[in-house]
Amino acid sequence: MIKALFARLRQGYRTAPFPSPEPKLPPRYLGRPELRSPKLEKAAAACPYGAIAAGEAPSLDLGRCVFCGQCAAAAPEAVVFTRDYKLCASNRQALVISGRDLARAQALGARLRGLFGRSLRLRQVSAGGCGACEADCNVLGTLAFDMGRFGIQFVASPRHADGILVTGPVTKNMELALRKTYDAVSSPKVVIACGSCAIAGGPYAGHEECAGIPADIPVDLYLPGCPPHPLTILDGLLRLLGRIA
Amino acid sequence: MRTDPLSAFNFPASDMEPALFFETAASRLAAGGRTLAYFALPEGGGFRLVMAIGFDREGRVEVYSSRVSGPFRALTPSFPQLHLFEREIYEQSGLKPEGHPWLKPIRFNTPGAVPGVADYFTVHGSQVHEVAVGPVHAGVIEPGHFRFQCHGERVFHLEIMLGYQHRGVEKRLSSGPDARAIHYAETLAGDTTAGHAWAYCGALEALCGVNVPPRAQVLRGIMLELERLANHTGDLGALAGDVAYLPTASFCGRLRGDFLNMTALICGNRFGRNMFRPGGVNFDLDPALVKELKLRLAAAFRDVERAAALLWDTGSVADRFEGTGVVSKEAAEGLGLVGPAARASGVGLDTRRNFPYGPYEGFTMSVSGSGDVYSRAYVRWLEIQKSAELAAAWLEALPQGPLAADCGELRPDSGAVSLVEGWRGQICHFALTGADGRLRHYKVADPSFHNWQGLAMALRGAEISDFPLCNKSFNLSYCGRDL
Repeated sequence: MIKALFARLRQGYRTAPFPSPEPKLPPRYLGRPELRSPKLEKAAAACPYGAIAAGEAPSLDLGRCVFCGQCAAAAPEAVVFTRDYKLCASNRQALVISGRDLARAQALGARLRGLFGRSLRLRQVSAGGCGACEADCNVLGTLAFDMGRFGIQFVASPRHADGILVTGPVTKNMELALRKTYDAVSSPKVVIACGSCAIAGGPYAGHEECAGIPADIPVDLYLPGCPPHPLTILDGLLRLLGRIA
Repeated sequence: MRTDPLSAFNFPASDMEPALFFETAASRLAAGGRTLAYFALPEGGGFRLVMAIGFDREGRVEVYSSRVSGPFRALTPSFPQLHLFEREIYEQSGLKPEGHPWLKPIRFNTPGAVPGVADYFTVHGSQVHEVAVGPVHAGVIEPGHFRFQCHGERVFHLEIMLGYQHRGVEKRLSSGPDARAIHYAETLAGDTTAGHAWAYCGALEALCGVNVPPRAQVLRGIMLELERLANHTGDLGALAGDVAYLPTASFCGRLRGDFLNMTALICGNRFGRNMFRPGGVNFDLDPALVKELKLRLAAAFRDVERAAALLWDTGSVADRFEGTGVVSKEAAEGLGLVGPAARASGVGLDTRRNFPYGPYEGFTMSVSGSGDVYSRAYVRWLEIQKSAELAAAWLEALPQGPLAADCGELRPDSGAVSLVEGWRGQICHFALTGADGRLRHYKVADPSFHNWQGLAMALRGAEISDFPLCNKSFNLSYCGRDL
């Protein structure tokens, strides 16, 4: 017992302050990309996922992007990845950026904020994917991020939850389980699409084995990234709850 | 046909008559061989069975193949390690292994298949009951369906039915190489990015006949060992959490992140994405970065040492770890278990030692013998020490030179077996090229493909309340197995 206490003393206080001061991400981290030129032909050709549209309305779709950086390597004058981890949106269209701005997620309406603003319980549904998004959700429960201090928690049953957080491209084999889990959460409820797989299929976009989140399940928050950094998830959740504006 | 895991071989030379193929496979497995891969290769409207066998002690790989047109002889009754391979062959090709004890689906990806709907083992009796869990679990974890046949608390049998994570990766890798291929490799199992990306690069490099520069080899080694450090540390914490020993659980939760952040310092991504490419690596370390990594590694290792020491010193932890979920050495060998799960049962198999690659010449492995949860935890601690030592030594003496070599064309009509010791165990990638020099087939055997049955064995006769602990002690991948 005494050894555990000494170890605890040496460990110190390790929970990182959030959202301020601004956390520092590693220099090579690829965060929110910016388009610096309307000529995106080279960048578009380098993207294996068709996330970049060249031509008259040049744009980059953060939902399809897996942040591999190949566009920036091929056309450094056109695409630049910043270290900004605040990547989230309230609707799918907002993820399609055409310049340097991203319209980040809006908070839920007053009624839902009244219900969930200080206590949000989520059931996580892992539906395909590679397990990295799940790992970065799990890490929010460790003392380093301590999501619980914001009143947010992953719970064991959809019956205890206020919403679901979906990861993975929703394989056909998980379609039914996802729907049943969604149905089991009482209304009103929120749906969060976490990671490029859940948003647009990620590396598996276009696979016949994957179905995606069904169109009749409305998504309230999109969190791009492959996987999203834990801070991206935390930031998105807090914006959804109106805790960060 | 004998081959070298680091170089390409002439695939047509592996051909045999069917009768000789099964005779040879049986005799080589009986002589101590372990199946690395066994699959049905589509060929001219029919199929060819291909088997790669590894001889761990000699560090040798042998490949045999034979065209088959109908039902064939199942080898599972004599060699249980083949049970899932033969089920996979049946599911993918429709060729029936005659004599296989139970040909249940493994990925539910055939027309009309409904995930989880299959025949299950059942136990009958007045007080026997069944517990079904999943596919959506209580934790933040991948999906799978588990059925326990119980009498009171005691588990007669645990049946694990997966396939929910099947997203069709192997099929796409087989039509490559293309721009997405490296991302497929990196996400075969997201927590094993370095392991699978290295195995993929290794297969392509063998087929191109390219030599990876020493600096790139060592940088790959650092990535792989950081991945092992992160996951093993996380596992020790999770194991502590499952026996309600919270100090180690909370310390290791943070420390796992420290290793991931070191990985992100190298390549920008906590899981090691974008680092590997066929021929070498994408990111270099300058002296300032090397210094920073050395400091962080030393600090994180010191903290892990303290966190782990608490585990071994605490009676309540030992009481829950010792004797729980025992897998005997015979069972581990019979099922072809790999990685820490095998080494914890006293099986002397570590790819870094048995089939050395990259910077791993002269590697000595860690084995722990009792086959229980304690042993699976302890072997992770032994490996953490080894990984930290290796990474520190490499950072101390990084070879100079280029980061990558140019990969030319792939050799046509060739095969390559690429073996890497991921943190869960041996990863096998088997690549085959066609006459056009494009990939013709790509087969992945994640360590979890071998090891899930080990978890089922660990539960035999155990209490159902020990399941979370046993499960964590294996910590297997669903997506790596489902592909």
